[in-house]
Order: sequence, then C-alpha cells, then structure tokens
Amino acid sequence: MIKSLQAQHNILADARVQQGILMRGRSGEFNLVPFQQKLLESRLFPLAPLALEIMQVNVGKMCNQVCKHCHVDAGPDRKEIMTRTTMLQCLQALENNPGLQIVDLTGGAPELNPDFRWFVDEIKKLKRHVIVRCNLTIIVANKKYNDLPAFYKSHNIEVVSSLPFYTQDRTDRQRGSGVFRDSIKALQMLNETGYGIEGTGLILNLVYNPAGAFLPPSQDALTREYKMALKSTFNIFFNNLYAITNLPISRFLDYLLQSGNYEQYMEKLANAFNPAAAANVMCRNTISVGWDGFLYDCDFNQMLELKVDHSLNHISQFNDESLQKRNIVIGQHCFGCTAGAGSSCGGVVT
Amino acid sequence: MNNSYYNPADLKKFGNITDFQQAMGEKFFAWYGEVFKDGELTAREKSLIALAVSHAVQCPYCIDAYSSDAFEKGWSEGQMMEAVHVAASIRGGASLVHGVQMMNKVKEIAM
Repeated sequence: MIKSLQAQHNILADARVQQGILMRGRSGEFNLVPFQQKLLESRLFPLAPLALEIMQVNVGKMCNQVCKHCHVDAGPDRKEIMTRTTMLQCLQALENNPGLQIVDLTGGAPELNPDFRWFVDEIKKLKRHVIVRCNLTIIVANKKYNDLPAFYKSHNIEVVSSLPFYTQDRTDRQRGSGVFRDSIKALQMLNETGYGIEGTGLILNLVYNPAGAFLPPSQDALTREYKMALKSTFNIFFNNLYAITNLPISRFLDYLLQSGNYEQYMEKLANAFNPAAAANVMCRNTISVGWDGFLYDCDFNQMLELKVDHSLNHISQFNDESLQKRNIVIGQHCFGCTAGAGSSCGGVVT
Repeated sequence: MNNSYYNPADLKKFGNITDFQQAMGEKFFAWYGEVFKDGELTAREKSLIALAVSHAVQCPYCIDAYSSDAFEKGWSEGQMMEAVHVAASIRGGASLVHGVQMMNKVKEIAM
C-alpha cells in the first residue's frame, strides 16, 4: 500500500514547506495574483466570519485508504487520534454555544477513532445535527464495522461519502485498487438500511472529486449522470451530489508538482475566481477543530497548520463571541474554494 | 511572428479576435456559448462531438481544449479514442467513397 507523505519523509509533510510552495511555487519564481488582492477587488478583504453554525471536527488522521488527492495526508500509518478529553472539550463548547447546530465529523476515517460512537452518542444528547464523512470502504473493511449503517440510522446521522466517479477506473485511480467495488457494496448496504431512499428521511450524499488537475464540471449535470448510472448499473440511490474542487495541499499538491501541473492548475483556479463564491466560502460560518483541539478557519487551513488568528485558539478556550471578531486566515490555496461555482464541504456555493 | 505557426499560448487569446472585428466576434462567441449549453444534447455529449470534429478538422487548439473538456466532463480515455476513430473513419471513408467516382470514370474510358 502507498504510504503517507509523512511516512515517506517527503518534504511536503512539513506544512511550512507547503506554505512556501503555495506562495512562490517550487522554483521560487512563480508569481500568481495574490488571493488577498482578489478579495480586495471584491471588497471582501479582510474576510470576516459570519455567525458560526458548523463545528467541523477532525477526529484523527488514521484512515484505511491512501487516496492520491488527500489534503489530510491520511492513511493507516497516521497515528494522530483525538482523545476523549478533547472530545469532552468539544461537547462543552457545543453546550455553551447553541448556535453551533451542526457537527461535521471528518478524518481520516472518523470511525477508526475508538471513541467515535461514544462521541456521536454524546453529541446527539445535545440535540445537534451530525454529519459523518464516511469513506464507504470502512463499512466493509472489517466485520466490526458492518453495523455502521445501522448505527448511523439509530442516531439519524447524515452520511456524506466520497465516490469520485460512477466508474471503477476513475475511482480506483484516485482512491486505490478495489475501492470502487467496496464502495458499491457499502452503498448497497446503506440503501438496504434506508439511506438515500425517498421517504425514509435518511440522508446519503455523495462527493465528486476530479481525478486529475482540473475543475469539477457542473454539479447539476454530474448529479443527473450519477443518479442515472448508479441506478441502472447497481440499483443504488442517493440524495445529493457535492462537486468538490481539489485543493493544492498535501498529496494533491504532491501530485500537481510530480505531474508538472502545479502552475497551470493554480492559474486555472485563479482565472476562475468568482466573487460570488468568495462571499459564500464555508470558513465564514464554520469552525474547524483539529485532532489535538486547536482551532482553524477550515480543514484546509488545519492541514497547512494555519491556526485561527486569535489568542484563544484551542477548543478548551472556545469563545464564540470573541472568535467573531477575528479575521479569517487566507492564502493562495483559497483559490480552490472560490473557483467557478465555488467549492465547500457541501459542494458548490453559488 | 513566431518560428511556428502554432503557439499553445495563443489558445488563451482566442477572445482577442474581437479586437479586429468586434461585432462579428461578439456574435460568434455568443453563438458558440449557446451551442455548447445543455439542450436536446447535453453539454457532455456536445463535448465529445467537439473532440471528434477537432480531430476531423485537425485543429490543435481545439484538440487541446476538447481533450481537457471531454475528460473533465467524465468521458474515459477509451470513449475519447473511439470518438477519434469515428472522426478518422469518416475522413477515411470520405476519401474511399470517391473511389466509386474513380471507378465510374475508368469504366467510362476503358475498353
């Protein structure tokens, strides 16, 4: 199996190296229009937060897959896992801040955290809507995970799952050999539990990621194609499809550099800058919590180790009112969320 | 002028054709944009047709643009190559079908 950048001792495992490349390219001479300038021209700089509604929690970087585009650099060799103590701090923050109505659990494969089910139980006791970013294959990876669909159902969890394409070739190229076959099995199990089936109220959303150095096509057109292809070939149903742009971070950045696509990809993102998408970026109403409890404006900033621009930057010190006064930390990678129709953990933003 | 008739960077300057004839250029781009929208055919289907036609007319700019566009819209390498074969077979067939004219002429003049 492919190793994470960290296990390979790749220089890109160092967030500061990534930040340097994003500023000036690998040669040090790549000059892309600064993201800050584009925000200024759109009268959006400094980027201010809106009322916080979503707490996105990265419960660990361990994953059973090693996807080529992963901005987390997740994999079986990653040992960073959120502890129950940090989870308790998240729960306290939720209790103190009723505005945070949605908890979005991500990883890695969040289900690999030994306290995952306990954490979900506790969040649901606080009557919050829970989203789990499930990679699908975890459901069939081991017998002990086969009951995950039933667990999700019993807690009325919204499941969001990556399926980069409705064909084996593209999916396996991005996510690894055999992933498509296992994902289809897992989707059928979720459908059998009622997920994605009209009238059940159990939400199953899929995520499309481009399998290469290009932007996603129209989310609406993709949704129609996915629905038709998955129904006719596998009798699979789902609710919504989110088209998400790959951000030039960690393993996708490594792919861009290795394939010689970095500069043209960044230019493509910058040329497609959309002020309407910039106004709706997810970091404005989301707070991202790292596995060790530090706070970030989004999961991408988290992987670049760009903490919130605030002295109270740990979940144990969470103060919604005070955080509202911060400016959101931006960088050249932000062009990924503002290109074309925009991109967020919930798909397009325009 | 460059040393080559074709420069990949010129593809990005396509829009500049309006500099020398604005009214006609703008009408062309408006029509072009309309043609490639979802209609009776989807934008995805139109992209594959455009890829095949690009090869038939052997336009390097169009091949560059529609190889990316068709792949981005989800066509596989195999499907894209089949589309190129369709274009090539029509081009080849177009030559070969004129063989009938040749045969007619030879039959006309031969003893």
